[in-house]
Amino acid sequence: MCACWRHCWCCWTRRAPSRPGGSLVVGRALSGCLLEMLHGAATAAASGLQHGSRVTEPDLIERLDDLDLRNDSDVPDVPPSIDSTPEILRRALSGLSARWKNWWIRGILTLAMISVFFLIIYMGSFMLMLLVLSIQVKCFHEIITIGYRVYHSYDLPWFRSLSWYFLLCVNYFFYGETVADYFGTFVQRREQLQFLIRYHRFISFALYLAGFCMFVLSLVKKHYRLQFYMFAWTHVTLLITVTQSHLVIQNLFEGMIWESVNCKLRQKEEHGRFLVPISSVICNDIAAYIFGFFFGRTPLIKLSPKKTWEGFIGGGISTVVFGFIFSYFLAQHQYFVCPVEYKSETNRFVTECEPLELFQMKKYSVPLLLRSVLGWETVNMYPFQMHSIALSTFASLIGPFGGFFASGFKRAFKIKDFADTIPGHGGIMDRFDCQYLMATFVHVYITSFIRGPNPSKLLKQLLVLQPEQQLNVYNTLKSHLVEKGILQPSLRG
Amino acid sequence: MNIFLPSFSRVCRSRLALQESESENKLDGETASDSESKSEFGGSLPVPTSDDTPEVLNRALSNLSSRWKNWWVRGILTLAMITFFFIIIYLGPMVLMMIVMCVQIKCFHEIITIGYNVYHSYDLPWFRTLSWYFLLCVNYFFYGETVTDYFFTLVQREEPLRILSKYHRFISFALYLTGFCMFVLSLVKKHYRLQFYMFGWTHVTLLIVVTQSHLIIHNLFEGMIWFIVPISCVICNDIMAYMFGFFFGRTPLIKLSPKKTWEGFIGGFFATVLFGLLLSYVMSGYRCFTCPVEFNNDTNSFTVDCEPSELFQLQEYNIPLVLQSVVGWKTLRMYPFQIHSIALSTFASLIGPFGGFFASGFKRAFKIKDFANTIPGHGGIMDRFDCQYLMATFVNVYIASFIRGPNPSKLIQQFLTLRPDQQLHIFNTLKAHLVDKGMLGSLEDA
Repeated sequence: MCACWRHCWCCWTRRAPSRPGGSLVVGRALSGCLLEMLHGAATAAASGLQHGSRVTEPDLIERLDDLDLRNDSDVPDVPPSIDSTPEILRRALSGLSARWKNWWIRGILTLAMISVFFLIIYMGSFMLMLLVLSIQVKCFHEIITIGYRVYHSYDLPWFRSLSWYFLLCVNYFFYGETVADYFGTFVQRREQLQFLIRYHRFISFALYLAGFCMFVLSLVKKHYRLQFYMFAWTHVTLLITVTQSHLVIQNLFEGMIWESVNCKLRQKEEHGRFLVPISSVICNDIAAYIFGFFFGRTPLIKLSPKKTWEGFIGGGISTVVFGFIFSYFLAQHQYFVCPVEYKSETNRFVTECEPLELFQMKKYSVPLLLRSVLGWETVNMYPFQMHSIALSTFASLIGPFGGFFASGFKRAFKIKDFADTIPGHGGIMDRFDCQYLMATFVHVYITSFIRGPNPSKLLKQLLVLQPEQQLNVYNTLKSHLVEKGILQPSLRG
Repeated sequence: MNIFLPSFSRVCRSRLALQESESENKLDGETASDSESKSEFGGSLPVPTSDDTPEVLNRALSNLSSRWKNWWVRGILTLAMITFFFIIIYLGPMVLMMIVMCVQIKCFHEIITIGYNVYHSYDLPWFRTLSWYFLLCVNYFFYGETVTDYFFTLVQREEPLRILSKYHRFISFALYLTGFCMFVLSLVKKHYRLQFYMFGWTHVTLLIVVTQSHLIIHNLFEGMIWFIVPISCVICNDIMAYMFGFFFGRTPLIKLSPKKTWEGFIGGFFATVLFGLLLSYVMSGYRCFTCPVEFNNDTNSFTVDCEPSELFQLQEYNIPLVLQSVVGWKTLRMYPFQIHSIALSTFASLIGPFGGFFASGFKRAFKIKDFANTIPGHGGIMDRFDCQYLMATFVNVYIASFIRGPNPSKLIQQFLTLRPDQQLHIFNTLKAHLVDKGMLGSLEDA
């Protein structure tokens, strides 16, 4: 390799010394390099004087060429990260050997995260929303920072602003849809908010368009490709992090029921449906790690050499069992199962209700095969537990693919962890990589198999129609209800 | 249309040859630098050697100078495309939908091919398959939603369709997930970065191309006029800006596209607004354009027949005093739709060009002159449709915000999936509301 390999574009191409006639090629490359360096130095001096910017031409050429390499091996590594464990932990564990120290740090942090998780759930829905929002923002920040580092985009200040602006737009769009329901009564009373809600889509689109036009106007002559890459990077990141976090929130909130009769706002939260998927993924992570630690022998996939088949299967089975037991426990308690009633008058939360049939014990007859094994003829289970089996199965079989995707991503961009936020674990994205697929799956599962569309939203849309359309709809509905026997045809008015 | 076919096959063959030579050039001399100090396109662009114009045109224009020849080729192709557009409109909504789908697939193909060229991805065969598979998944998802919304009764009748529509989201998600898992399993050791790039590239392309084409189809179902007027405004803006720029152009508009001028921009704006007004005046008179496209269950075909909504009924407007002296009329009879068309044309002329600048920037970034060579004289399909994408989204958002409310049949369909007690609750609320409004009063149920 020529001596100036860091600065010389020519050496990045395939004229490596391993080819026949290599030395001649290297010689030519060297002289080319020197010429390039001189030329680069001259232009750098000139442009540096003119613009005072850090980007010089050979630097730019080298960096831009990183982008389109044929294979990954020529890319320089990112320097190793600094150790970010807090002082207290370090002093407490100073006596142990390095391997056990790492294990203890990971263990302590895991417990800390789980306790924070339960604490937030206890504190209620609003805090949960805030938590999800902050996690999303942090994940977005981590991925964008990686993109910046890869593309050396520090010199394009507009781009940071634009990425954050796009994040704001998309969040505004999604939150406007969900929050409008959440703050129903509050919004009805204020005129300006009514305006915002009615033209919500248009306003979000206008905001996005403003960002798009700013992007087009900010295209700088020599940096087109970089800027397009960052634009695409931002959009794919938004697609992954923001949409999934909103699906998580939608899973949590069943929706609002506007009872026009007694003007109460009933906010339905089903903690059960929110808790089981997330805890299944966490359990699968931990169980697979433990099984792999003790029994791991056969590697699972070349992408993540630490994963083993024993860990995968053992983790899968224990996750299903865990989900089963956990959902049984959750279904027992009304707090998790009943809609949280928020009375706007007294500002208090009350959880008491008639549980949905999903959470009522039913007798299931055990299939003949298992009957001989277990010795029972029927078993009392909650239907919710059947669903939890499906959720846990997904978490253990497909969830890891999210982890493999993130591992591949880290290898592709030569980073060890997404960031250093959590000592011993890496960034927030490291913890949440498996959750993303899970969130989408749960949302799709719920809308397909468990609940139908949101009644209150439907009602609101009905009330917005034109009067003739309303009459048509009314007649259609009535004939349907009479047909089904729900409405007695003799009832009038 | 037959004149295109021989040139297409020739174009495909010549393009393959071009691609091979391109990849060779890139291996040797790819600087990947954006500096334009060398030739206009960085010196790595292969010279387009093959002339794609059909033989017929070539012979007819052989004696003109090359500049005028280019102008004539462009002009003839423009007329051909516009004629083609009119024929398609005449053939009806079904054909239109199919054409939109073909255009979408072609655009997707063009952009993915560019990505392949940039990333030299020929050695990763899985990737072509995966990209097309993702295209299929997303299309399945969107078309399924459209079919479920608009063909509701047909779907309810046929048993397999009913199950497909009930679990539609789940099926689409499962299909997508399969593709995702295949991607993860296909990661090859030395090519991780390339593969992630192509994954990102595919998804952004899907986001741009596929979602917009489905928004176009939604606009179409609102009424063919909502499809025709925006597209015509964008085309008109393109042509008018070009004409004004050709004759009066002096001040450059933006560094990105040096050929665009302020005179062209402003002239195009006024001409497009005027054109929009005239076109919507002509079209609002015809029912086949203004009525929403509906599927008739009995005849199993599309019908466009209805009572025109008040948007398409002539109304008297008072001209403000200022203009009264100028124009000499007191009132003016216009369709309310024409007011909306002013908004649409304004968007087409002011913001539409940004779509064009975006595409120009993209072409400069990746050092290509045109997206492809599909249309002689014009470039690829994407070149013609780059301004349309923003327009489609705008029209859809505009309609949803200002024109129509929710779709009654969709609401009925959602209603039928609710539980009986919920259905009863909604029914009673609706009845109370109608009684309030005096629509039902003491009317007997009938």
